[in-house]
Order: sequence, then C-alpha cells, then structure tokens
Amino acid sequence: MSSLLLMPFFLVAILNLLNTGAVRRYAVVAGIAWSLVQLLWLLFPQSQFSLVGSDFLGRYFPLHLATDGLSVVLLISVGIVGLVTLITGHQTITDEKERFIFINLVLLTMAGLNGLVMVRDLFSLYVYIEVVAVASFVLISLEREKDALEGAFKYLVLSASASMLMLLSIAAILLVCGSTSFDTVNSVLHTAPASPIATLAIALFVGAAFIKGGLVPFHGWLPDAYSSAPAGVSVLLAGIVTKTAGVYTAMRIVASVFGFTPMVKNILLVVGTVSILFGALAALNQKDFRRMLAYSSISQMGYIIIALGTGTALGMAGALFHLFNHAVSKSQLFVNAATVERQTGTRDMTSLGGLGGKMPVTAGTSVVALLSIAGIPPLAGFWSKLIIIIALWQSNHHNYAVIAVVASAITLGYFLLLQRRIFFGKVAPQCDAVKEAGAGLLVPALLLSAIAIGLGVAFPFAVSWFVKVPQSIMNMVAQ
Amino acid sequence: MHWSLDLVLLLVLAGSALWAVMATRLIFSAIGLAFASAVLAVVMFRMASPLAAVIELSVCAGLITAIFISVISLVKHETRGEVEARRGAHLRKYVVLPFLAAILGITLALVTKRQALPQPQALGETDVRNVFWHLRQADLLGQIIMLLVGAFGIVVLFKLRRKT
Repeated sequence: MSSLLLMPFFLVAILNLLNTGAVRRYAVVAGIAWSLVQLLWLLFPQSQFSLVGSDFLGRYFPLHLATDGLSVVLLISVGIVGLVTLITGHQTITDEKERFIFINLVLLTMAGLNGLVMVRDLFSLYVYIEVVAVASFVLISLEREKDALEGAFKYLVLSASASMLMLLSIAAILLVCGSTSFDTVNSVLHTAPASPIATLAIALFVGAAFIKGGLVPFHGWLPDAYSSAPAGVSVLLAGIVTKTAGVYTAMRIVASVFGFTPMVKNILLVVGTVSILFGALAALNQKDFRRMLAYSSISQMGYIIIALGTGTALGMAGALFHLFNHAVSKSQLFVNAATVERQTGTRDMTSLGGLGGKMPVTAGTSVVALLSIAGIPPLAGFWSKLIIIIALWQSNHHNYAVIAVVASAITLGYFLLLQRRIFFGKVAPQCDAVKEAGAGLLVPALLLSAIAIGLGVAFPFAVSWFVKVPQSIMNMVAQ
Repeated sequence: MHWSLDLVLLLVLAGSALWAVMATRLIFSAIGLAFASAVLAVVMFRMASPLAAVIELSVCAGLITAIFISVISLVKHETRGEVEARRGAHLRKYVVLPFLAAILGITLALVTKRQALPQPQALGETDVRNVFWHLRQADLLGQIIMLLVGAFGIVVLFKLRRKT
C-alpha cells in the first residue's frame, strides 16, 4: 500500500515539473483520476489492477506501512472526499493559479491522510498529522481574505498547541516504553504496572487528538475555519481532515495502543456528550449556512467519541460507521452550501428563501444528507446512530443513550430550520433570477446522495463487515 | 559535581527559553532561541547523543537563527519609544510564565527523582544511517511532503496577488 502514499506525491512533482498552461488547466483531471484509482484499489483489493498497482512503488521504496479494517474505511473516505473536493474546488475557484495550487495541496493532503492511517508508529503518526495540519492551514488561507487569514491563524495556534502536547506525550511514552511502535507500546503498557508518566502521556495524547478534532472545549477554531475557507476547502476539512487528524487518531491510539482504561472511557464519554449537546444547541442559533454545518460537525463527532467511550466492539463499529456516514453526508452538505453560495452570492440564510423550486437537485440532495445525519431510516446515518445507541444501552450507559436520542431530535430540528429558511417558503426577492448549478457541482452531490441511500438500503447485508473490523482490533488490544 | 552541572545547564536552558518568549524585541527573541538551542545541544552531548546535539546546534542554533535574523532585518524597525511604550503590556502578558516554569521544573524533579541527566541506552538499531534511511523512511517522506507544502504556503501567502 506504499503507492497510496507515494503516488500523490509523485503526481504533484510531475505536475509542477511540467507546469505549462495546459497542465495547469487539466491538473484536476490527474487529481480526479488518482482519487478514482485509490477507490478502485480499496474497493476491489483482490483484482489484478489492485494487486499489481497498490504496492508497485513499495518494491522500490519500502515504507513499513500496514492497513487493517479501520484504515481501509478511512482510506475509502479519503478517496471519496478527495474526489468531491477536487471537483467542487475546480468549479468554485476562478483564478487559474489558485486552482492549480489548490489541486496540488489537496493531493498532498490526501498523501498526508493516507500516511496517517497507514503508519504503525506514534512519531510517524505525529509527522503525518502535521503534514495535514500545515496543508490545511495553507488551504484555508488560499484566497487571502481577511476572515480566512484569521480562521487559519486560530487553527494554526490551536494546532501548534496540540502538536506540543503530542510531542510531550511521545517523549513520555519513549521514556516508559523505550519505543514508539504501536505494538511495543501496547505490550509494555499492558504487561507493566501503570505509571503516572504513562497515564499523563495518554491524557496528553488524547487531549491533543480532541484539539485536532475540534471537540468541546477545544472547538474555538473550527467554525471560523470552516466558514471562512474557500468552498472546496470546507468540503475537505469537514469531510475528512478533522475526522482523520482528530477522531481517527483518538480511535487508533485508544484501540490499538493505550487500551480502554476506565479513565479513558470516562473522558471519551464526557467529552463526547458535551460536544453532542453544545454543537447541536449552538447550530440552532446560526444564520450563516456554513457555520451551522460547522457546529453540526462538532455535534456529530461527539457521537463518534461517545461510541468509542463504550469500550465495546459494537460501540467501535458504530463509531466507525458513523465516521464514514458523516464524511459522506457532511461533505455533501458543504457541496450544497458551495452551490447555494455560488448561485446566490450569499451564505446568510436570512436573506435566502424559496430556492427549492429554483434549485431542485441541490434541495433534494441536501434533504437526503440532512435526514441521514439526523438518523432517519432507511438512510445510512440511521443505522450508525442506532448501533451507537444500542452500544450505549448494552454497556449500561443509559443516560448517555437518552442524551444521544434527544440530541438527534435537536439535529433534525436545526436541519429542518435550515431547509425551511433556504429551500422552502416564498422566494426571496434577491433570489428571483437564481438558477440551478451546472453539472460540475451537481455530480458530486448526486454521487454522495447515492452512497447515503445505497449504504442505508444495503446495510443489513454489510453490517457483519462493520462489526468484524473493530472486533479484530479489540481482540488485539485484549491480548 | 555532575548533578550540579546538569542542574545549571537545565536552569540556563529554561531561562534562555523564557527570555526568548518575554523579550520585547524580535532580535532578542531570536538570540534567546539560539542560546537555548546551543544549551540544549550541550545537554544532548551530556546525554551521550552527539549526533542529535550536532543537528540541534547546526540547524536550530545556526540555520534557523540565520533565517530569523534575515527576516527581522527585512521588516520595519521600531523606534526606541515604540518599544518602551509596549514593554509594560508585553511583560504583563507573560508575568505568570516564570512561576509556571518553576512549578513545572520542581514537579518534574520530584516525580522523576533524578539527580543527573540520564544516559539512555539504545534498545535496537544503533546505526544512525540505517535508522534514518531504512527504518524511518515513512517519516523522511512525510518531511519531504511537508517541505513541498511549505513551498506552496510561501507562494500562497507571499507571492500571489492580494485580493483585499
């Protein structure tokens, strides 16, 4: 699987070495082709194309990477969100030079994300988290608007704090375990008696992951970054970056490295619950389309964390599945937001209205996304939320299960509010001349809707795979 | 004698790091950072890690300081009056920092119960070339990708025409 890390890097090198007018104009084709290749390799791993291609470069550059079920789900999410980001960015960024830089940075971010989920060492994990963070910072400030620079700066400061905590944690782990490899750290922590330094290291790393993921109380940077970044960048940030750098990191280090100690489980449950409630209630008060989606993201990531906090294989299955569903549906909502902003010139929901008739495909796909996130059957999001609630109930966290259900109702509430303000009711005077977007923005939205519907309808056939993945990881930890 | 020398080194390291943060003028911050890196290199030598010490000295104390001072020389200089005017507010922001550093240092000393800098033994591979070029190839690639991202960052932030 080394090619998943090397190919985007080599693609960027080739694009920049050639760098003619034609290359800059059609660079997006190379990016889209790469995203599709990544998806094909992961969805059909036993095909000749995958077997030959996915490790072709690994013969010359052996990188000591590994994948398991958890990594594969994330890699597929990176492929899908990367594809949608490239298409959306190509449509919404008008300046050719900016668009070329955007495509390069998205490819490098995909390389960073792929590396992040395939490494098996704490220090390597830190290196690739930093790659993604710096790339995100540059992407947010791509258009150099004042709000974007402010959002990027806030993100940079908090990200740097998280990086410092991670490095301190890695130093402490090295002191206690003598290595930073996942397997060695896991075996030392489980065979030796608990030390205060190891406990501090775990708390620091988990805290750093929460900052990267924008969970409460470290969420301050997230709404500004999501709302002020260029439209395509918001799709990437909300769809996969914060999920991988924050939530996946927490899942990986808890499940594969540190283990589910009572302290870790309690922290996850409390932070998850506070994020769910805070995000949902804050989203109710927003007037900006993207800021509402940003607070909604905080709430939904809380669901993933609370599922992880159960410490059970079912909880982890729910967390993993919800992570994937949220990547798909939240990306789609940000694509819809980009479409509305492009066609109307504004994101202020108070000055929009009645767009459902003018933009029927955008309206329809946004309904699919919001119903999936709110947990309405038979869409994919319903199943992941159901699994999370069952996992909470079965692990005797009844209060948390009730809160999760109530917050789902609040989620449905603010999303229906969003729909009513933007797509229903009387057509706002400034929206009279608005038309539906072109195929460039509709195709990604339709693709993501198809995934949400298809996975929801076909879930009873796929459920065993999602449950088996965490079981194998949990068994490894238990040993 | 060893433990007192180590203690002095760590105190000087902490002091110069604090100076780098609390200095009112950027040039003094850069010098403080260079001094802290140099002392850290000496600490690494005493911990039997000469290669890490050489890299710390040449890259952090040398190259990075040179870059900082080059950039500082390009920015508009403040007059003495402007520096004095903001000195009070600047120092008030960081007045708690020395106390926090002292508390952290005392806590670490009590928790680790060390009397001298440890002399770590390598548990596995000791050949730095093998570690660098073979065992940590993924990290090396990550750092190359980071350099590329940084290059794009410079183009975005400094080269492309401003919109506002």
